[in-house]
This record gives sequence, structure tokens and C-alpha cells, in this order.
Amino acid sequence: MATPLVVSEVFKSFVMHLRDGIRLPVVADVSFSVASGECVVLGGPSGIGKSSLLKMTYGNYAVDGGQILVVHKDSIVDLATADPRTVIDVRRHTMGYVSQFLRTVPRVSAIDVVAEPLTARGESATVARERAAELLSRLNLPKELWQLPPATFSGGEQQRVNIARGFITDHAILLLDEPTASLDARNRAVVVELIEAKKKAGVALLGIFHDDEVREAVADRILDVSAFSPRKALAAADA
Amino acid sequence: MTETPLLRVKDISKFYGKRIGCRNVSFDLWPGEVLAIVGESGSGKTTLLNCLSTRLMPTTGSIEYHMRDGQYRELFHMNEAERRFLMRTDWGFVHQNPADGLRMTVSAGANVGERLMAVGDRHYGNIRATAIDWLGRVEINADRIDDQPRAFSGGMRQRLQIARNLVTSPRLVFMDEPTGGLDVSVQARLLDLVRGLVQDLGLSAIVVTHDLAVARLLSHRMMVMKDGNVIEHGLTDRVLDDPHEPYTQLLVSSILQV
Repeated sequence: MATPLVVSEVFKSFVMHLRDGIRLPVVADVSFSVASGECVVLGGPSGIGKSSLLKMTYGNYAVDGGQILVVHKDSIVDLATADPRTVIDVRRHTMGYVSQFLRTVPRVSAIDVVAEPLTARGESATVARERAAELLSRLNLPKELWQLPPATFSGGEQQRVNIARGFITDHAILLLDEPTASLDARNRAVVVELIEAKKKAGVALLGIFHDDEVREAVADRILDVSAFSPRKALAAADA
Repeated sequence: MTETPLLRVKDISKFYGKRIGCRNVSFDLWPGEVLAIVGESGSGKTTLLNCLSTRLMPTTGSIEYHMRDGQYRELFHMNEAERRFLMRTDWGFVHQNPADGLRMTVSAGANVGERLMAVGDRHYGNIRATAIDWLGRVEINADRIDDQPRAFSGGMRQRLQIARNLVTSPRLVFMDEPTGGLDVSVQARLLDLVRGLVQDLGLSAIVVTHDLAVARLLSHRMMVMKDGNVIEHGLTDRVLDDPHEPYTQLLVSSILQV
């Protein structure tokens, strides 16, 4: 089975210069991989570094050491050291991301927000909008909202726009940061179905789910992030 | 991915006597890429932009531009006529104050048409049709084509300036605080417009701004300047979500949340 995502010996800490340069270690020596058709869920308590790990994988956070390897256009790219242009190309063609909150763009309608990842890859606006419409109706977003910019939508509506945007492409890797946090049971079930379909299509998924029911339904494997906590390593050394 | 950069900038420095304008700036700009240069007033970002666009002669360094014929030319080895031709055709420059980039006493249509004539267009009907098309793309009503920009609001003037710059299908556009001085709803409209045009036309842009939200929305990559030096440089998301330098952290933590 193919393994499109490999994280190897990754270290990360934040240096807070505005607070006298204190160093906050986040994770140490993280190694794992995600295979095609597999959904790996990051587990552990809040503040342990799950989101940080996801953001490092997507390139939003820099890493202090280690490698984040993805199979991109038949070659292997290390996102830990890739230049911005390569990261953008990986995001366009290989790795999708559903963030916790939608970052809205003024004046762009919900349907175009969803269609954008496809048009950015050269798909025609008509086809992209059709696909976007399919996903939005599947996620039960009222049709009256499709032509409106999502800035004034409720939390759950924005999140469904965000999910549709993340699921519209056939990216080989998909990162999910609590995609079901503000959804009702009916829409949570739709998301579970969408994730199942991605798995069947051979997509490698890496996600954070605080909802036990959803996690049970989608996870093939749970990775306990607290195992990579540098604080835990320090405590063990002291003992 | 195209494999050759559009612009190759090496060690650009500009000194005003003993004072530093900008120091040792190097980067490559790729086709279709938008680079934001951010920093506070006096950090050297406008000096750098003016050097890059050859409006100012740098003290040291070199800038190579990938011409349409596939050759790289060193900008400061070109003669004045060649540079001016490049600026009028293959490049655009959007000023913060539209009055600096427009001719205020000729009609909106002539402002757009003038650049077309610079590239050899002579047919009045074609020029007027293209001007109307471009006014539409920047959301200015066709019935305003014969009005002078003096009669336009600030937001309209800025949109007209953008149309004037983009009509010749430039490959590289420089923007100096394109949304400075506009109120927020007008700003949002302009940003959305610029974002759409950059995407549709696949052009490269270098945008100077002090507004990090503008940088987030428009740019792929950003450079943070302080006291004439580039102190942090990388993917826009990365610089804003995980700033490393003390000054960048201060800048990011100073954004007002709405």
C-alpha cells in the first residue's frame, strides 16, 4: 500500500520574544506515517500539540528539525525545507486542509469559495460550480445562501462551506482539523460518509476529532500525541 | 510549474548618504507569484519597491528580468528608452495615490487608452471598446468613460488606475499601498478585484503594504522589513501563523481583531 505522508523525527517549539524569549516546547521526535485509504486520528488532551502538528504538516508552522515527506507529482518533497512555491504547489495538487474556522474573503459567494480549489487547478468555472453545488446540497446548506459571501453565516454554516471546500478536490492527502465541531448530528453523519468515500478512493487522511462518535466511526488508528510531548520526556528524565 | 523566475534580485542596497534605505535584499520572483513587502513606516519597503521598479537607482546590486523573448536582461544596463518601454508595456505600477498614476485632466477612457497606444494600437474604435471592457472589469460604468478622474471618488480612481495598468496585459505589477486611504468597504471591493484579476491573468505582483490582512489575502509569500533589512521571509501563512523574529511577533500580535 502506498504511503503518501511520512513524518519523521519532527521537533517544534515556540520562542515568545514578547515574553522575554521564553521557549515553549510543543512536540519532540514525532514520527508516523499515513497510508493511502487510511484515516489516522491525532489523540490526546487539549494543548498537547495536535493542531500544531497538523499545521506543521500543512506548512503553516515551521519545524525546528525533522522531515515531513509527501509524495507530490511522483516525487518526494520535504515540506520542512521546501520553498514557498513548492508548498503552494503541494497544496494545490496533493494536500487539502479543512481548518477549524473558515477564513472568509470579502464579497466571494459561498459557492465560489467551495469551487475555488478546482478552478485554481484549471477546472472550468461551470464544472467547479456544479461539483460545489453537489457538495453543498449534500451538506444541507440552504440554497438561498449559496450566492452570499459566508462572512455573515452561522458557525455551523461556515463550517459546512469549509468542509465542502476541503472535500471538493481529489487530493491524495487530506488534513482535517475538527471538521465536525459545530455541526448537528445529521450533518456529522454526512461528514462521516464523505470521509468513508475518501478512504475508499485511497486518500490518506490525518485528522483531529473531539467528538467520540465521529472518531469511532472514521478512525483506523489513533495516534496519541502526548507520547511526543517534550514535557513528558522531561518529567520522565527527572524521575 | 514554470522553471524560470521572472525577476532575479541580488543584493539590492540603497543608501541615502549615510542613512540606509534598504540593505542586501535578494530574492527570486516566479511567474504568477504575489510577494508582499510589509513593515512599518520608514522600514524601507517603498525604497525597495522603487529600486525594483527602476524608479530609483540602487547603490549596489543587480536585478535581472526575464523578457518576453526568453532572455534575461539586467535592468540597470538597459538604456532609459528601453526601461521606459518596459514600464509602459510589460509592467504596471499602482500608486497609493491614484493622482500619481493617472492623468487627472483627460477622460477615463483616454487614461486606459493611452497605454494601449504606447504598445502601438491606433484604431480608435478598438481602443475605446477595450477601454469600456476594462472599465467594466474594474466595475466602473461605461457611461463614465468620458468623465475625467477628477470627477471620480477615491475608490473609483484607484480602480481606474488598476485598469490603466492592466490593459496592456503586463506580466509584472508593482503596487504601493493599493488600499491605503480607502474606507473598508471600498477596500474589500478593491482587494477582491485585485485578487480575481491576479488569479485570472496569472500575473506576478509585488505589493507593499503595512496592512497584514491585505498581505494575507493577496500574497503567496511575504517579506518583513525593519530598519532597511529584510528580517523574515517566507510563505505568507507561515510568517503570519508562526512568526519567528521578535519584530514580526510584535507586528502580528498588534493586529486588531474584529
